[in-house]
Amino acid sequence: MSEQLQLDFDKIIKTSKFSDDEIQSKKFFLKKFIENGFPNRKQEDWKFLDISQIIKRNISDLSFFNDYSLPNKIDPSIFVDGLEHNKIIFINGRVEKIDFSYEDQNKIEIKHDIEKNISFDYKNSLIDLNSAFINKVFKIIVNKNYSLKKPLIIYHSTNDKVKSTNVNLRLDFELGENSCLRLIDFFADNTNKNFINIFYNFNLLKDSILKNYKIDKFKNDNLKYSFNNIEQDNNSVSETFILSAGSDYFKNEINCNLNGEYSSAFINGVFSLKENQQHEIRTTINHLVENTKSYQLIKSVLGKNAKSAYQGKIFVNSKAQKTDGYQLSKAILLDETSEFNAKPELEIYADDVKCSHGSASGSLNEDSIFYLMSRGLNYQQSKELLINGFLLDVIEKITDSEIKKLIKNIIGLK
Amino acid sequence: MREDYKMDTREKDIEKLKDYKYGFTTDIENIKAPKGLNENVIKFISNIKKEPQWMLDFRLKAYERLKLLKEPDWQKPKYPKIDYQDLYYYSAPKSMKDKPKSLDELDPKLLETYKKLGIPLQEQARLNGIAVDAVFDSVSVATTFKGELTKQGIIFCSMSEAIQKHPELVKKYLGTVIPVTDHFFATLNSAVFTDGSFVYIPEGVKCPMELSTYFRINASETGQFERTLIIADKGSYVSYLEGCTAPMRDENQLHAANVELIALDDAEIKYSTVQNWYPGDENGKGGIYNFVTKRGLCKGKNSKISWTQVETGSAITWKYPSCILKGDNSTGEFYSIAITNNHQKADTGTKMIHLGKNTKSKIISKGISAGFSDMTYRGLVDINSKAKNSSNYTQCDSLLMGNKCGAHTVPYIKNKNFDSNIAHEATTSKISEEQLHYCQQRGLNPEEAVGLIVNGFCKEVLQQLPMEFAVEAQKLVGISLEGSVG
Repeated sequence: MSEQLQLDFDKIIKTSKFSDDEIQSKKFFLKKFIENGFPNRKQEDWKFLDISQIIKRNISDLSFFNDYSLPNKIDPSIFVDGLEHNKIIFINGRVEKIDFSYEDQNKIEIKHDIEKNISFDYKNSLIDLNSAFINKVFKIIVNKNYSLKKPLIIYHSTNDKVKSTNVNLRLDFELGENSCLRLIDFFADNTNKNFINIFYNFNLLKDSILKNYKIDKFKNDNLKYSFNNIEQDNNSVSETFILSAGSDYFKNEINCNLNGEYSSAFINGVFSLKENQQHEIRTTINHLVENTKSYQLIKSVLGKNAKSAYQGKIFVNSKAQKTDGYQLSKAILLDETSEFNAKPELEIYADDVKCSHGSASGSLNEDSIFYLMSRGLNYQQSKELLINGFLLDVIEKITDSEIKKLIKNIIGLK
Repeated sequence: MREDYKMDTREKDIEKLKDYKYGFTTDIENIKAPKGLNENVIKFISNIKKEPQWMLDFRLKAYERLKLLKEPDWQKPKYPKIDYQDLYYYSAPKSMKDKPKSLDELDPKLLETYKKLGIPLQEQARLNGIAVDAVFDSVSVATTFKGELTKQGIIFCSMSEAIQKHPELVKKYLGTVIPVTDHFFATLNSAVFTDGSFVYIPEGVKCPMELSTYFRINASETGQFERTLIIADKGSYVSYLEGCTAPMRDENQLHAANVELIALDDAEIKYSTVQNWYPGDENGKGGIYNFVTKRGLCKGKNSKISWTQVETGSAITWKYPSCILKGDNSTGEFYSIAITNNHQKADTGTKMIHLGKNTKSKIISKGISAGFSDMTYRGLVDINSKAKNSSNYTQCDSLLMGNKCGAHTVPYIKNKNFDSNIAHEATTSKISEEQLHYCQQRGLNPEEAVGLIVNGFCKEVLQQLPMEFAVEAQKLVGISLEGSVG
């Protein structure tokens, strides 16, 4: 594979316009990636779903070449109806459009000549892969005291030009003091066995609010990996919602550092998986100072041959007294062949804390089905009603009513 | 004929061993294998114990495998590298000459703890290997018990004796739960184990008393590589106690014991441990590494294995008493209290592997950390796709005292069966000021108050211990946390 990597890398360098500095840094990351390769089950974080195996099985020959020189045509049919929004459109790894037409133009800055170095410590070769093959990295800065009027939707799409290819995306965000951003990641990709590798870096300054909704609803056979690193200052709030349902493989990783007092992080996720899908969410919440709060709720509904995994870690530093951490994962297994794995982890070094986690998995409660059937529903209807109720619990945690409505519409829940 | 021939060649082998360049001392009083781990040392151990060929083969097979294995390093408590070539793998029990003559020669701190635990004088002496007055000879007590057990057909003896007298049982079951191809420390034990306990309960027999290493003749100094095998035949029941509440000192730093339990149809084994090895001093110097492999196999239908442990000693405790629930309707239980103070570290928990239908398991773990210590609960619940209608309930609670210590929970949950339920809960908290205040108001000093609250926290587990053990364990819980408040 390393030959392929090197060949495709040289090809990208030739066809695209990168500065010498950029090429140097890319070479550094390429070397690192070649050394480590794709993560596999020997690494603790990849124990349940081994991405190197999954890539081998689903995409036998993965290509790393992306042609960044030609623009792609935007297909407006993918746009979300019924909600006015700003747009960023990614096609085949290229940012084709950044449109903040609803906003005050001097309150938002977009930079693309940013520092490529990664400021935090990581042991994840996929970030190296991302940094080596990425086209342009944009940084979006929301100025102090500005709340975006409309949500921002990032469209992730690929067209028929790429097949069995690794596509990399990266965005950096800085939310100034007392600012607010609502961000929706909307996956609308063709089904061409691509491996999509997304890396977001968020920096939340004092009193800022970030709401990030990831919607992967439509069935496709792509493999996806998404990594969010969130740094939070005093009194900031981050809310992440993940709907993990469409792709063949999707791993969402959230790393959240609560660096400022009274900051809080909420992560809610839904897995709704059918035939042969394998999805995972991994969250790491680092409580580093006093009076911080985190909450995670993850629910799975698993059909035939579907497999979901949730790895959640709450870390509490010895300085982080008065931490409040809570984590709950629940799963309904619908078929003999479905599988749920969980690793809820606590690592605590402070004594005045309130931390707990829970995990439960099992089949649908027959008594509840009986109850509903005795009131006139048929078996299928009762089952659906129970599953919807189970998942609605997570959807109801969404704090933005406009977006909650949109997500309910997309899923078909009322 | 063939056997004879083998024995003959072995004797020759041993002759050769004597010429081994470091030489073997043959003085019966003071037999010691040379330092280091190699085939010759294993042959030496096997020969000293007059083991049959199949036992030696078992050891050598384990050793072959050991050469390919690496020490695991995923655990939370890290320890300095152990040089396995710098250890003695066999030395005969100390002669009376080297042992302390009377209690006055012992560490006063140790004596003080004995007093607090209420351990009688003669027992204190016995624990330290001091020759006991004939009146208090515990051996005679043990002999009485032994008679009663033999009447019922129960075999309770040392592992070496079992290899000689009951080879068919040992051969059939040894290594079936912890195979020679297991992880590093288990395999090391398979290669060099010195002694341990062997228990066999015949069909339909309910063992009339709690079996304990305490009552086994010559049970002291089984060495650092202990091997225990307990077999409960169809419809039988046994409760086995390991260790005792009294602090234990030992010169061997590494303890890598293997414990195998096998429960056949309708049988039940209850295994209780109180571990109070030397934890090192207040600054974390010294102390025992307790790296034990304990595994139970519920082989038959309706069988049950229950582990109860109170872990208060050792510098590092690293063990996961596990249950393999193979028989349909079998049950596995795990009750644990782990207390770490000063610089102690513990990484303990359990594995419940559900293979049979309608299998049930329950895990209750209470971790308490104080001082600069680190406590980790690590557990696995794995429900296989064939284990229809199985269920598991896990509860692990941690209590922290101060912000220099750590409490961690790392459960792995794998559910591959849609008919089965898994529920897991974990909480972390501290002793509230209100609780302490309330107790102190009623005349308890802070240490007694903490002892009382912690005992309440651990109640669910302490209840599982046999009566007389439970009383001592309660005291032990209080003593282990001394100096952690105030």
